[in-house]
Amino acid sequence: MYEYDAKQAEVKRSELFDSWLFPHGIDFVDSQAEENYRARVQRIIDAINLKEPDRVPVTPTFSLFPILDNGITAEEAMYDYDKTNAAWRKTLKEFEPDAHTGSGVTMSGPLLDALDYRQLKWPGHGVSPNHIYQFVEREYVKTEEFYDHFIEDPSDFMLRVYLPRVCPGLSPFEKLRPVRESICYYMDLFKNMVVWGLPEFQEALEYIKRAGNEALKWATKVKEFSLWSQSEGFPLMRASAHAAAPYDVIGDFFRGTQGVMLDMYRHPDKLLKAQEKLVPILVKMGVDGAKASGHPVVSLELHKGAAHFMSDEQFKEFYWPGLRDVMIGLINEGIVPMPLFEGDYTPRLEVIRDIPPRSAIYWFETIDRKRAKTLLGDVACFKGNVPITLLNTGTPKDIENDVKELIDTVGEGGGLIVDCGIWFDEARHENVKAMVEFTKSYGVYRR
Amino acid sequence: MHDDLVTKLADLEEEEALKIAKRRLDENEDPLSILDDARKAMQIVGKRFESGEYFIPDLVYSGEILRQITEMVKPRLTKSLDVKRLGKVVLGTVAGDIHDIGKNIVVFMLDMAGFEVYDLGVDVPPQRFVEEIKRTNAPIVGLSGFLTLAFDSMKETVEAIKTAGLRDKVKILIGGGQINEDISKYTGADAYGKDAMAAVTIAKSWMGGKRHV
Repeated sequence: MYEYDAKQAEVKRSELFDSWLFPHGIDFVDSQAEENYRARVQRIIDAINLKEPDRVPVTPTFSLFPILDNGITAEEAMYDYDKTNAAWRKTLKEFEPDAHTGSGVTMSGPLLDALDYRQLKWPGHGVSPNHIYQFVEREYVKTEEFYDHFIEDPSDFMLRVYLPRVCPGLSPFEKLRPVRESICYYMDLFKNMVVWGLPEFQEALEYIKRAGNEALKWATKVKEFSLWSQSEGFPLMRASAHAAAPYDVIGDFFRGTQGVMLDMYRHPDKLLKAQEKLVPILVKMGVDGAKASGHPVVSLELHKGAAHFMSDEQFKEFYWPGLRDVMIGLINEGIVPMPLFEGDYTPRLEVIRDIPPRSAIYWFETIDRKRAKTLLGDVACFKGNVPITLLNTGTPKDIENDVKELIDTVGEGGGLIVDCGIWFDEARHENVKAMVEFTKSYGVYRR
Repeated sequence: MHDDLVTKLADLEEEEALKIAKRRLDENEDPLSILDDARKAMQIVGKRFESGEYFIPDLVYSGEILRQITEMVKPRLTKSLDVKRLGKVVLGTVAGDIHDIGKNIVVFMLDMAGFEVYDLGVDVPPQRFVEEIKRTNAPIVGLSGFLTLAFDSMKETVEAIKTAGLRDKVKILIGGGQINEDISKYTGADAYGKDAMAAVTIAKSWMGGKRHV
């Protein structure tokens, strides 16, 4: 278990807050943009510190919303990055949120095509042109293929088992000798080179090259938009990095939802051991990404720990310890973890409050707001949780009523960021407008 | 001894439950009585889920134990288990959405509760629901969806059922991650179930205790 190091965490966090406030390499278009940028970041930092900002920050987390709202199909957007960025520019200018997550969420069609990636379906590949890409739920790796191998050597497992299954062009990698066996004598290294001369391995290298080219083109455009948005005064909500709950990683990518559930009964020790192995990997991914972005916030999208998805006892044994370790590991490096608690987390509030105060943003989809304020008010910044159902089907009046209730219940004393309860695609334009505008007018602390 | 299987399966003691089932088969017991005990155990599992004692992983695990018992017993079956069916349900994940975890749990629970379920799978176009309702004469339709795009797909499916002149012949139940009362109204469905047991309870109430074979 990771120990919280308060002193180190505070020093490092304050460095990362500074690099967020004063971003490296950003030429602001004018002094107003610079002033807006800083006021917006400060507002969010105050909320993280559980202090009252000038007003409640509002950071609608757009998924495909800028695309669909500007009359572009998901398919067009995935294949035409300039169109995507133009739609995002228009949306940011119009809604003027306090922060955003960047256009990368739209993803790249050409990259997915080049990879023929098996864990997603996307427009034109199993999903209609108007719909967002979707995860393909499956047991990708069986128990006996996963735990012992992963626990012994995660990198070898990824290279020779996982990647060949989800990226079909890498299937020859199943026949590779483990890289760690290129030792003892030069001959072992030379012998291991032989396979790379075989046609199927050379094809695999071509496949990587094609995917690499597409990934670079896409990342360049995502970066272009990110720089533009900051120069215009719109901060990013988070670093270009992810961490996750170890249980979710095992369930999502390897064992499947059903598989990992059964593992809780049949292989509890291995499930915990694999999580232990994952913790430092996930922490490092978050830390490296945050440092590269000069941004303190790292998001963790949580999928399988909500109420009903397991009992409280199972949550305390199989989900929370791994997730908490990852968060503490990040916090010690000055990072502010931002878990998105998908589903209902009301029954988990007592457990998840066990985190150092003023260190995290808790983004809720479904939660008893009053209980959350009582139990987390002096612990973590609350983000969310305007219902997606209301944004998609309600009226601006419904939204105003909901945001009012949210600010009245959670906003007192600070520690609130208004957002939808989840990434959103099809929301009604006027409802998103109402969420942003009403927060800006009603959420003022200091007049 | 019979109670043993019921208890062990209901308590999710996999090894014990399988051992007892195997022993009873080896002793040439009627395979139907083994299946009947398994069914009784699953009713207990359902009740425990409803009361909040069991959670989704418990349902999944009990289903997995049941699957193994059924596979063990199958080769010895000479006739099928004569289960009184409560009624037919046509069910699927609506167009555009490929998620099926929730839907599969609902199918499983409805099946355990005695419904005859016609599972259309995922990404089911409205017309496919209409065809299946016509083919089976099912009085209940279940629409599942995890993503928010499902709101409109559900609405379109309800419309298609209406256009086909079937709306007053069926009751429509919706459910899934983001679904609530507002979405039930938005789509024109008759009700929404917040979880698999709620779906079973609503479906049962619609059958009004009548049995349809």
